[in-house]
Amino acid sequence: MARITASVFTSHVPAIGVAMDLHKTQEDYWQPLFAGYDFSKQWMKDNKPDVIFLVYNDHATAFSLDMIPTFAIGTAAEYKPADEGWGARPVPVVKGHPQLASHIAQSVIQQDFDLTIVNKMDVDHGLTVPLSLMCGELDPVKDAWPCPVIPFAVNVVQYPVPSGQRCFALGQAIRKAVESFDEDINVHIWGTGGMSHQLQGARAGLINREWDNNWLDLMINDPVACARVPHIDYVREAGSEGIELVMWLIARGAMADVNNGERSGPLPHVAHRFYHVPASNTAVGHAILENKE
Amino acid sequence: MALDKPYKDVPGTIIFDAEQSRLGYWLNQFCTSLMKAENRARFLADERAYLDEWPMTEEQKLAVMARDLNWCMRLGGNIYFLARIGATDGKSFQQMAGSMTGMSEEEYRAMMMAGGRSVEGNRTIGEDGDAQAHRQPQGAAGKKESN
Repeated sequence: MARITASVFTSHVPAIGVAMDLHKTQEDYWQPLFAGYDFSKQWMKDNKPDVIFLVYNDHATAFSLDMIPTFAIGTAAEYKPADEGWGARPVPVVKGHPQLASHIAQSVIQQDFDLTIVNKMDVDHGLTVPLSLMCGELDPVKDAWPCPVIPFAVNVVQYPVPSGQRCFALGQAIRKAVESFDEDINVHIWGTGGMSHQLQGARAGLINREWDNNWLDLMINDPVACARVPHIDYVREAGSEGIELVMWLIARGAMADVNNGERSGPLPHVAHRFYHVPASNTAVGHAILENKE
Repeated sequence: MALDKPYKDVPGTIIFDAEQSRLGYWLNQFCTSLMKAENRARFLADERAYLDEWPMTEEQKLAVMARDLNWCMRLGGNIYFLARIGATDGKSFQQMAGSMTGMSEEEYRAMMMAGGRSVEGNRTIGEDGDAQAHRQPQGAAGKKESN
């Protein structure tokens, strides 16, 4: 059977992608941030998954106000990097895994989560920046991402957005779905976006280092309590775009120590943890958790 | 019974909820059109003519031409959509966000390098943090006024 062996959490700031695309990673401003991912790039090589289930938010790219799905799963064979207004990022096309994605869609919908099934979309920095951070710089023509990716988009742009509680429950449903897939493959689930940031208005630039780190502790050690953090706390304490953190709870809920809404068994192994301020307007958080055998 | 909207009392913040989305539908759809290179070129060549192709309000068009993102947000714009205008102008997200604070680009960047804006005094409307309405505009000009 298929199994989830690890979860990866990372912010997905667009400026990080720009810094990589323009080869600025060793500049003074960016070097401390990229140093936090040196371990992660090696870890990806040593622990290469067969498929990445990548939870991210679309930034008004694939979904305009024409259509706003709360949860959307990509079942296509491939996804092109999107033109977000500056031209498309020069990174490889993302290959999907239609068979596993369709299987997960069927299983998760039967567990009462209403997913939107997407067979055609471009993917924006929300999805490509985490891949770049974990895999390093790749040539769009000569190279390919190390494995197929299932994009899973969550609406955190137009309110109401899903609660942490619902995301946490969804993660549990996704793990059940993966474990009912017959092929013997190794899946990583990634929760991306988030940490304190506000991109709008007179409060733009808000960073709450203490809240971010406490939240990260809670997410790792007591995810049941973390899932109960109310929506308004994210906005008030971590900025209007800090709400993206609820997506991390999907990946956390899919880990082996979470069963029927409670924690049981050993905590996952924290292979890596990193926090840095600033990247453009935001704090950057990152963690890698491994299921214990 | 009215819906619970506790986010209405966060200073310097407009949450893009269903109400804002309805106000800003065409403004945001116009922004989405700028994801195509040929539309960006057409908009830059004649902003007024391009905007007139959209059923936006006159005020929305003026706010776009003024590149006043706070004004755009009050009229239903959302920052992820409005970012297409900034991208068309060749601006980064940091330049766009900074433009909404009243600070110069240098001042905003320096604030971020120093660890960002503090949450103290900026959680709820009525406190005395730098994002509160009575402390605007921020930056050198704003500070002079408040002294």
